[in-house]
Amino acid sequence: MKVRKNIATSEEGFLFNPATGDSFSTNSIGAEILQLLKSDMPAMQIVEKICEKYDVDKSLFERDLEEFTLQLKDYNILE
Amino acid sequence: MKNDDKRKVVIGVTGLNAIDSPGPGVAVIRAIRECKDFDARIIGLSYESLEPGLYMHDLVDKTYQIPYPSAGTDSLLGRLQYIHEKENLNVIIPNFDAELFNFIKLRNVLKKMGIATFMPDIEQFEARDKIKLFEFGKKYDFFVPKDRVIHEFRELASLEAEFEYPMVIKGKFYDAIIANNMDQVEKAYYKILSKWGLPIIVQEFIKGTEINIAALGDGEGNAISVIPMRKLYITEKGKAWAGITLDDENFITLAQKFISATKWRGGCELEVMLSNKGKPYIMEVNPRFPAWIYLTAAAGQNQPASLVKMALGEKPEPFTEYEVGKIFVRYAWDLITDIREFQKISGNGEL
Repeated sequence: MKVRKNIATSEEGFLFNPATGDSFSTNSIGAEILQLLKSDMPAMQIVEKICEKYDVDKSLFERDLEEFTLQLKDYNILE
Repeated sequence: MKNDDKRKVVIGVTGLNAIDSPGPGVAVIRAIRECKDFDARIIGLSYESLEPGLYMHDLVDKTYQIPYPSAGTDSLLGRLQYIHEKENLNVIIPNFDAELFNFIKLRNVLKKMGIATFMPDIEQFEARDKIKLFEFGKKYDFFVPKDRVIHEFRELASLEAEFEYPMVIKGKFYDAIIANNMDQVEKAYYKILSKWGLPIIVQEFIKGTEINIAALGDGEGNAISVIPMRKLYITEKGKAWAGITLDDENFITLAQKFISATKWRGGCELEVMLSNKGKPYIMEVNPRFPAWIYLTAAAGQNQPASLVKMALGEKPEPFTEYEVGKIFVRYAWDLITDIREFQKISGNGEL
């Protein structure tokens, strides 16, 4: 689960795929997850990190993360 | 370098119709004006009195009307001789598909007159014609959509055996209509027939993402510049109203292969459909700069200025870098002029 090398991201959650010209915006938590994905952090660790930082149910967040990463794959953001 | 020290070049440019379906002339001039290597005097060559570029005096120094392409080469040459006497043209950049044939035919005569051009030769020009695109693809091993050239109405009946719906019905110069059934095919046939005449091209519909590539060849097989762009906003006529430069080596390689295979001389635009399976289909090759050509200059590869240099005998090095994610957004602007200006161009054919 890696962010493609050429994808440009900003801390505000703006994504740009220079190969296709597509651009996307995420909310602040999406931006935070993206930064973690960019640092090649495994999904399990992302879950731990986010659940530690925010008051969120672990299984619920795991499902949300899976949905989010599926969407990112669909948009060619993740390899 | 002081402005006075720069080489003075007089350049004739057509395609000043910066309208909703724009010609490339104004964008070509804007790019040339930005080049610091020469001091350009721009001579507009127009067909109609209301082409907006005529009235853009900060871009165009003087405009002359020229005869429509249908008037033939003798008529065009006569007018160009008159303009040349007055202006001492160094270079002409034609920007319309429909006029290119005449300009290519006159290339050697113009050269003798001291007017340089940088266009494909007649074989290159005709090989990439929409009517021959399928053969062209086969010859050079490019993905191209299957097509059939239609010369009369009754041929439409047999299309269903060969093509699935939707089909794309295209005019020989411009226009494309997507048809989902035979009724729509017939309507599209008549609509395009009335505008552009015969033949009409029926093409396989390729689903995918449309990419446009502006490229400049030196005539010896080298691509001096290649800029791929994706349309971000498309008008009802299918024209780009906004677009962005892309970073994808596959498109660069495709354009380089095209230029190398054809030894293309001058500017061109490859209209490519990247199919959902990732195959880049060449849908059309336009034998001149596209209307969005200024984006190449904005991204760091000034194709019109490089074309002028090559027309003047220079051999510029191929560009290697450009800015990815550079966006153009076209806009409409009500240019105000005066009836006296309109009278000059429509009455005297000069402004």
